[in-house]
Amino acid sequence: MTFEYDATVDHRGVETAFDVAEGETVALLGPNGAGKSTVLAVTAGLLRPDRGRIVLDGRRLTSRGGQDREVHVPPHDRQIALLAQEPLLFPHLTVLDNVAFGPRSAGSSRRASREAAGRWLHEVDLDSLADRRPAQLSGGQAQRAAVARALAADPKLLLLDEPMAALDVAVTPALRQTLRRVLADRTVVMVTHDVLDALLLADRVVVIEDGVIVEQGPCAEVLSQPRSGFAARIAGLNMIAGTWRDNAVLTPHGLRVEGQLSEPTPQPGDAVVAVFSPHAVSVFLETPGGSPRNALEVTISDLEPQSGRIRVRAGGLSADITPQAVADLGLAPGVTVIFAVKATEVSVYGT
Amino acid sequence: MLLPLVAILARTPWSRFFELITSEASREALLLSLRTSSTSTLLCILLGVPMAVVLARTSFRGQGILRSLVLLPLVLPPVVGGIALLYTFGRRGLLGETFEVLGMQVAFSTTAVVMAQTFVAMPFLVVSLEGALRTAGQKYEVVAASLGAGPTTVFRRVTLPLVLPGLASGAVLAFARSLGEFGATITFAGSLQGVTRTLPLEIYLRRETDAQAAVALSLVLVVVAVLVIGFARQGRSAL
Repeated sequence: MTFEYDATVDHRGVETAFDVAEGETVALLGPNGAGKSTVLAVTAGLLRPDRGRIVLDGRRLTSRGGQDREVHVPPHDRQIALLAQEPLLFPHLTVLDNVAFGPRSAGSSRRASREAAGRWLHEVDLDSLADRRPAQLSGGQAQRAAVARALAADPKLLLLDEPMAALDVAVTPALRQTLRRVLADRTVVMVTHDVLDALLLADRVVVIEDGVIVEQGPCAEVLSQPRSGFAARIAGLNMIAGTWRDNAVLTPHGLRVEGQLSEPTPQPGDAVVAVFSPHAVSVFLETPGGSPRNALEVTISDLEPQSGRIRVRAGGLSADITPQAVADLGLAPGVTVIFAVKATEVSVYGT
Repeated sequence: MLLPLVAILARTPWSRFFELITSEASREALLLSLRTSSTSTLLCILLGVPMAVVLARTSFRGQGILRSLVLLPLVLPPVVGGIALLYTFGRRGLLGETFEVLGMQVAFSTTAVVMAQTFVAMPFLVVSLEGALRTAGQKYEVVAASLGAGPTTVFRRVTLPLVLPGLASGAVLAFARSLGEFGATITFAGSLQGVTRTLPLEIYLRRETDAQAAVALSLVLVVVAVLVIGFARQGRSAL
């Protein structure tokens, strides 16, 4: 175990314990105010817990209330980098010097730091913007630079605090790809609201509600069969697992789904998962012609009202449609329908 | 605001202007003013920056009282400040004898001018910088620490550059206040030509004997003030 966390913060009512293995990414999921940020603050050394013990790579970072001597390693000496919602690039430094900040603080020469920074900027595809000021970057570019800056500090543990929450929806897929690539073999704790982030970036999820862990396990397991209330509410995404054949996902049941491929491109025969939102699904009684859509024949198992729309569950999938459409189509449990979803709305990921 | 300026311009004896402002006494007063004001601004920075950081970045019992004390010279009549300084550092003051033993006499020296100016100008720098520090917040400092930068590095490479505009405008205000200082100076430092007689004192004394010279010198101070404000604005927009 490379990271062990066990801490209690009384005035916030947060008492959590979890471990992160070397190279593993753990997503902390939970509603606002559940205590996720407290966990990050304690980990980063910004908040002293009332009781607890935090160990990173065999080194005690925080120890309080136990039999051991009290320890509190200050934030700058923890080798834990923090990536927040906002990029927080230092406005008075160029992008390159921002990224070089970590190596420079660690005592590298100016030149060596800049070289290292250049490599990390290349890693996040920002080579051409090295000499710009942060104010001249778009939100997505700035956050990529912040990712490079955090990684350039060579942290043993990386903390991500909803790194995509403040970004334009249009640029999140690209950043997600970048994170997926650079976080692959790093030890990471990530706070997120977005199931897709958890699914694609994390190996394991820890669900926190009211300051305690209510559920944890491998992503796919927790998100497809959620036991806690919060996980059930947010884990509404449709996921179809199968193998990659003929540029589509083929399921064991013979369904075929086309979608947008994400890096790294799977090879034929690889295990893949197709992910799409229930909002992207249209329901028909017969296979529609025209636009290139995936048509999945399913039998309705249940209809459930959800904030102004009706969630139609069928064959392990769900669709969110208007009550009007439900009435027009005469939908009811037992009716066989076609779930249609455009290939552009489906993301396909290697697993 | 404009009318008094117009009045000064209208009363300026243009024919004798250069002769008046380049007289021995005027030159000495102006140079002394610039020298002492620069020194006291530097002192304000050296003492005021740590003070502002303590006020903006920490919280402890009695912080409110400390802040009030720092702000006191702002609301205190300068003459009262001068009296206070005199009874602290003057020959018979609290610390006067200590200084005497060390062979220094503070009161009625150029040092006293600088002390009086620092005393009245310090709050301007502290208030301006504390505001800048609070506005900048600690987000960047937290990120810098998480990247492995120790407190000194964070202050030097992140905090200071971020609050530089606030520090600059604070320093400009402190300089301007030092330049205009009158009450505390005349009480604590007296009015010895070339030693403690700064430009405002010179203007006041000349008014009795040569009103035209006083007006000319006033105009010089107005020009300096305008230059200082212009410099501050340019500095701010460049940052």
